[in-house]
Amino acid sequence: MPDTPILLREQQYHQIKAVLARLRIDSAARVVFLVDKDGQEIATQGEVGNLDTTSLASLAAGNVAATGGMAQLIGEKEFPTLSHEGEKESIHISVIGRLLLVIVFDERSSLGLVKLRSKQVSHQISAMIEEISKSDYEDLDSPFAGITDEDIDSLFR
Amino acid sequence: MTFINYASREINCKIVYYGPGLCGKTTNLQYIFDSTAPQSRGKLISLATETDRTLFFDFMPLELGTVRGFKTRFHLYTVPGQVFYDASRKLILKGVDGVVFVADSQEERMDANIESLYNLEENLRTQGYDLMKIPYVLQLNKRDLSNIISVADLTAELQRKGEPVVEAVAATGQGVFDTLKAVAKQVLTELRKG
Repeated sequence: MPDTPILLREQQYHQIKAVLARLRIDSAARVVFLVDKDGQEIATQGEVGNLDTTSLASLAAGNVAATGGMAQLIGEKEFPTLSHEGEKESIHISVIGRLLLVIVFDERSSLGLVKLRSKQVSHQISAMIEEISKSDYEDLDSPFAGITDEDIDSLFR
Repeated sequence: MTFINYASREINCKIVYYGPGLCGKTTNLQYIFDSTAPQSRGKLISLATETDRTLFFDFMPLELGTVRGFKTRFHLYTVPGQVFYDASRKLILKGVDGVVFVADSQEERMDANIESLYNLEENLRTQGYDLMKIPYVLQLNKRDLSNIISVADLTAELQRKGEPVVEAVAATGQGVFDTLKAVAKQVLTELRKG
């Protein structure tokens, strides 16, 4: 079955940002992202600069989906981590439930350190995701509950 | 799968353009990209072969504007149309909020349209979706060519559930935004239902 939509409260968003900020410092990374498996960027921390984070999120998800497809063909459930090492910049991706933790790092860090720190934080992120999925959102006003045809049409003018 | 962020007041939805090889899915995205202000869209990412055939997907984020204080962003994807890329097509449908089926109006592509539509229904099912229930638009592309089937015949053969049917010439932009609007409207209407 398709996953349920992710609804992120303000407080949960700031909690996630705080965990990512800590992880970025501990792993000496350039940028740390949390992305869902469908390619939606959830939170980002670090030296984003001109980095196109939306495209990176989508490609990271495509990458994990493609390698996950390969894993299943050879009888594995999935490949829980992926690393791509470049001359100066590298990327490490860990699959945490329905989310992906993406770390972009350069020569200030190392793959070993990034792997270690992302593993250490994965339980914490996992618990946060569970809490988000379990939350009762009935008190949250959907911004779209009262949307009119006029509102929708206005987007295309 | 819709993602609503109450902190940054953003809503993101995923729309997938589906259809047989060379029907014009990438051309739809390319036209949207070329005719949208740079501040409203991100890069158009194309994972294509050296001969410009889509290998994995094309991707483009598009910001439509603000509804009730929430920034509304659509992530537009295409699938590779060639039959043997089926594993990739399945992956791209994950988390989809709305689908555009781009049909090639040329007579000789009718079988390819039918096969691709059947493949869409099948692949949606394996991801847990039902074509009859998701936001969906049928685009009849390449209406400028001479060897085309009539709109009535194409509609009779390809329309599944009374979905909007849009005539298009994606290369010149005719019908491209009408198609996007028709699917986006259905996606946002679904959100209203909650």
